Amino acid sequence: MSNILVVAEMSDGKVRKSTHSAITFAREATKAGGSFSILVIGAGAKAAAAEVTTFGAAKVLVCDDASLKDPVCERLAPTVAAVGQGFDIVSITASSFGKDLAPRVAAKLSAGYAPDISGVKVDGGKATYRRPVYAGNAYVNVQLTTAKGVVSVRQSEFSAAEPSGGASPIEDVAMTAHDAAASKVTFLGIEAAKSERPDLGEAKVIVAGGRALKEKFAEVLDPLANELGAAIGASRAACDAGYAPAELQVGQTGRVVAPALYVAIGISGAIQHLAGMKGSKTIVAINKDAEAPIFQVADYGLVQDLFGAVPALVSEIKKANA
Amino acid sequence: MKILVPLKRVADPDNANKVKVNAGKLVTTGLEWKPNPFDEYAVETALRLTENGTNPKARMGEVVVVTFGPKDCETTLRAMLGTGADRAIRVDTGDETIDGDVVARALKALVEKEKPDLVLCGKQAVDGDSGQVAQQLAEYLGWPQATFAGTIESEGDKALIVGREVDGGTIKLKVELPAVVSVDLRIVAPKSVKGVHTPATHAYPEGVRFAALMAIMAAKKKPLAEVKLADLTGDAALKIQYLDYEPPPARKAGVKVKDVAELVTRLKTEAKVV
Repeated sequence: MSNILVVAEMSDGKVRKSTHSAITFAREATKAGGSFSILVIGAGAKAAAAEVTTFGAAKVLVCDDASLKDPVCERLAPTVAAVGQGFDIVSITASSFGKDLAPRVAAKLSAGYAPDISGVKVDGGKATYRRPVYAGNAYVNVQLTTAKGVVSVRQSEFSAAEPSGGASPIEDVAMTAHDAAASKVTFLGIEAAKSERPDLGEAKVIVAGGRALKEKFAEVLDPLANELGAAIGASRAACDAGYAPAELQVGQTGRVVAPALYVAIGISGAIQHLAGMKGSKTIVAINKDAEAPIFQVADYGLVQDLFGAVPALVSEIKKANA
Repeated sequence: MKILVPLKRVADPDNANKVKVNAGKLVTTGLEWKPNPFDEYAVETALRLTENGTNPKARMGEVVVVTFGPKDCETTLRAMLGTGADRAIRVDTGDETIDGDVVARALKALVEKEKPDLVLCGKQAVDGDSGQVAQQLAEYLGWPQATFAGTIESEGDKALIVGREVDGGTIKLKVELPAVVSVDLRIVAPKSVKGVHTPATHAYPEGVRFAALMAIMAAKKKPLAEVKLADLTGDAALKIQYLDYEPPPARKAGVKVKDVAELVTRLKTEAKVV
């Protein structure tokens, strides 16, 4: 039996959808007993908390303070750790937000840390976590030896929780003083990628391009993404070469995604890229090199020059949807 | 500026498709050992911060590399001394299995001895993919942290302006030194690192530098110290245990379609995704 704290990830005054995957983890881990609560922390947390009161949490804990407006680890970690003291497991999303925060919280709690978990089994009150290693070429089952544990939850491997009805009671928690180190950090701003498209982590469809697209990256991909209502992703090679911005990178060290449909265009399929998209339900690959490794994971492979195939695909989908 | 760079040697990620699982055990036979690429980027970053890029031979600061492991890990350290690092330390762990938290606690003790202005490391090792040491070390030291750095600009060696690569874009932070910074891929782009000694107009070649033969020979004479793990931390208890391995779920073989029309038909009728 364990009690779990889910730390919600906030952005723009709202709870991010990645949190719903962490809630799914908490539900699975408490199936055999125990309960979970959700901590919403940040400026505007009070308003955002209403979004997560219908997921079956024992409590929704709220820490709303203007000084927590920006995602500065040295300000957030003390409160997360203080609230986490009352729980067996502290869970957080394995996004860049969670990956920054979770290890610092684990160190504060002297807790073991299981990063980027893709599964959980609880047996006799002991949790075993499954997590990918070697760029997803192997999975390892791990246990923490400490009384308390911290985990980060891979969004692509835990489906987004649906509300279960009811209304969890909301409780305010006091903010714990910022780390002394917080005074050594100044948040200068965020250059957010402005996009009308869905977030990579939440998109049902992703259209991704490789280095082969060159300067025509957007010109080729935009019409297809528009037609499919898709997010746009990129291989590391495309990002490194400057054809696509860094935040679009899908892979071992970029975003890990699992949409219903992933269209890989001009992507050869290095293992580091495959590590980020292999979990997609249906994979389509378009590449003129029939030997490209991407075809080994693609459900549908089209060996053709992308500059002809992609515009043809756009008009064929238009026709099909007409 | 004095910079400490922790390094990990890993099974060559470019050969990682040879990593196999057999009866719950990881089989790494035939894999070559390489420095973790992100840690190599950290060494390159450290070198750039402590030199005038137009004359990289004159070092203007000290770069100390450290690794954990048995004697043969010294090859990795020597390689880094060859690229320009000044000094190396191997923390001898014998045959013991260690985890990231032990590394962070041992590094804390080492930092207190060495007193660097900055600890620079890779954002994750490409074998365990855990990404925890920088953050835990920062906490244990009570220092500020900046993870996933894509750009670093030195403010008179007193503070760093760090561009952190996050999911939705880039976060700019100013951190006062001493601090812990973990670096991402793009830190080795030509204009990603701006030290105080290098002219702002200077552009580096893409990627990390290679050691010239002469430098490799000279590196054999550079100091390499050995420290026992027990001398740094009395507590080597593991907080995470690896039980058994599983192969990744296999994907069923796909089909090659002959043209765009067939692709769309199949996506519509079979996969039902458009």
